[in-house]
Amino acid sequence: MKATREAWAETLVELARTNPDVLVLDADLATSTKADAFARAYPERFLEMGIAEQNMVGVAAGLATVGYVPWLSSFAVFFTHRALDQVRMLVAQTHSNVKIGASYSGLLTGLTGKTHQDVQDLAIMRAMPGLTVLAPADAIECAAMVRWATETNGPVYLRLTRDAGPDVFDEGYRFEPGRVRLVREGRDVLLVSTGTQTTRCLDAAGLLDARGISAGVLHVPSLKPVDAKALVDAARAVRLVVSVEEHTVLGGLGGLVAEILTAREPRRLVRVGIDDSWGESAPNDFLLDKHGLSPARVAERVARELAAETR
Amino acid sequence: MDPTRPPALADLETLARRGRWLVISTVAGSGGGHVGGPLSAMDMLVALFFRVLRVRPAEPGWPERDRFILSKGHSSIGLYAVMAMRGYLPVEELKTFDKGDSRLQGHPDMTRLPGLDASTGSLGQGLAVGLGIALGSRMRGLGCHTFVMLGDGECQEGMVWESVNVAARYGLGNLTAIVDQNGLQQYGWPLPDGEAHPGDRADPWPGTRLGAAFEAFGWRVVEIDGHDFGAIVAACEGSRGAASDGRPTAILARTVKGKGLSFTEGRHHWHSRVATPDEVAQARLELGIDEQGIPR
Repeated sequence: MKATREAWAETLVELARTNPDVLVLDADLATSTKADAFARAYPERFLEMGIAEQNMVGVAAGLATVGYVPWLSSFAVFFTHRALDQVRMLVAQTHSNVKIGASYSGLLTGLTGKTHQDVQDLAIMRAMPGLTVLAPADAIECAAMVRWATETNGPVYLRLTRDAGPDVFDEGYRFEPGRVRLVREGRDVLLVSTGTQTTRCLDAAGLLDARGISAGVLHVPSLKPVDAKALVDAARAVRLVVSVEEHTVLGGLGGLVAEILTAREPRRLVRVGIDDSWGESAPNDFLLDKHGLSPARVAERVARELAAETR
Repeated sequence: MDPTRPPALADLETLARRGRWLVISTVAGSGGGHVGGPLSAMDMLVALFFRVLRVRPAEPGWPERDRFILSKGHSSIGLYAVMAMRGYLPVEELKTFDKGDSRLQGHPDMTRLPGLDASTGSLGQGLAVGLGIALGSRMRGLGCHTFVMLGDGECQEGMVWESVNVAARYGLGNLTAIVDQNGLQQYGWPLPDGEAHPGDRADPWPGTRLGAAFEAFGWRVVEIDGHDFGAIVAACEGSRGAASDGRPTAILARTVKGKGLSFTEGRHHWHSRVATPDEVAQARLELGIDEQGIPR
């Protein structure tokens, strides 16, 4: 039970002990992103870049060419919006060994409002050829992804969250790019989820179970690459497929599932997420409820859609 | 010219004439590309690759090499022409420029052509990469120097000044920015009433002193004539020599856009244009190029 941003920073501190090439570059948000833990442990390998994200991305690309493994620390929105052209040309197009630690992703950003909430990052980053796009469910999966990304050459976008959530996986977890995880089996409906929304989907499946609906949960930790066949196989076994994401329903996980199913197993898909709107400043519970992402609201929606399916 | 020794300044002039010929003839052959910027930068590119940069064209990944980044990536054909003359690629390969499946993309692509230290094209980004290389090579204990060439129009991009700020904060004396101040951008700014100008539009940044801007951030500033080989070599070597003072250097090089051809010098419309067969013939005559493409 730990926020993924904390797991990110702790894992980098651990990796830096044995890997002298690990660097952290920060755009003056180290207190928020938890990169300050790395700064304390390895001050000489922590490079403050000031409030200038575009330059930071370019500096990382330069450092990568002399063999360093630079991890970037800022909020998701500043990578996927403010420094997007730099990520595109200097990182993705060059297949640079730069790792983007995109903190404060999604809606749950601690009362910052729509300027700082990034509910489009997966759609944007998923459209970049050659970029690996990851969204961990919990601290354990996050740590495994940070280890994998640090040891693997190539650009990675890692979606991190501000707030702590329950653990889904146990310590034996090993990350494999592209692999999807059936974290709960179910006969009637399949909830396809990513990131920390998976924990809320598991809770929703529990609520549905009490109503006599058997709901499976398929966690997609790696939006790119992704094992499309495994996703289709899981979808085949149920009456209804519902994608659920703390992200716009346009082009993110819902878009990914729609692309795969229309090409391989055409069928109806319900996409639950932020319905083409912006976020706002509000407590987490308010936001999850308003956008239909709390366990109760997900369960309600699934039950309703399933009933419509049966008629 | 003895290939085992660095060319004399007089030989650089001959190389630059051939480089200009390769630019205008290659763009004519490919049916598209930039001309004005490559020609304004040509003398500096030749001086850098033949006299300043410590590089090994046969071993482009040599870890201790000096780095060069053409941040004004649309001048790519100028860089390719000089790299070809220096031995990174066959001169013949220039014919593939922009033709599909080529190592010679419209804007430099480091994933395709060994010897390029960055991919550039979207303006304003090259200095940040150079900053990262300079910082990383210092951390690695490498004695190399990093040179980044920008356009003066490019200095309108905000990101340039993020990099200028951070490079000074890290005291990167091993980083040099060369600004090709040819005084013309693609379209330019409306002219103030009554102002005379070689084109029909104004200079980049009218009224702004670029040198003062770099100095304000803590850079060493050197102003030169970007067509004077002696001055170019001295300024670049001087910036290498001054590396220990912990300040990055900005070399502001006054140049003429389209330099070297009577019909391209100072003309806005030669920013990006394809020469007609008559213009190619005229260029051959003016540059003194024989039928084999070799300067007389």
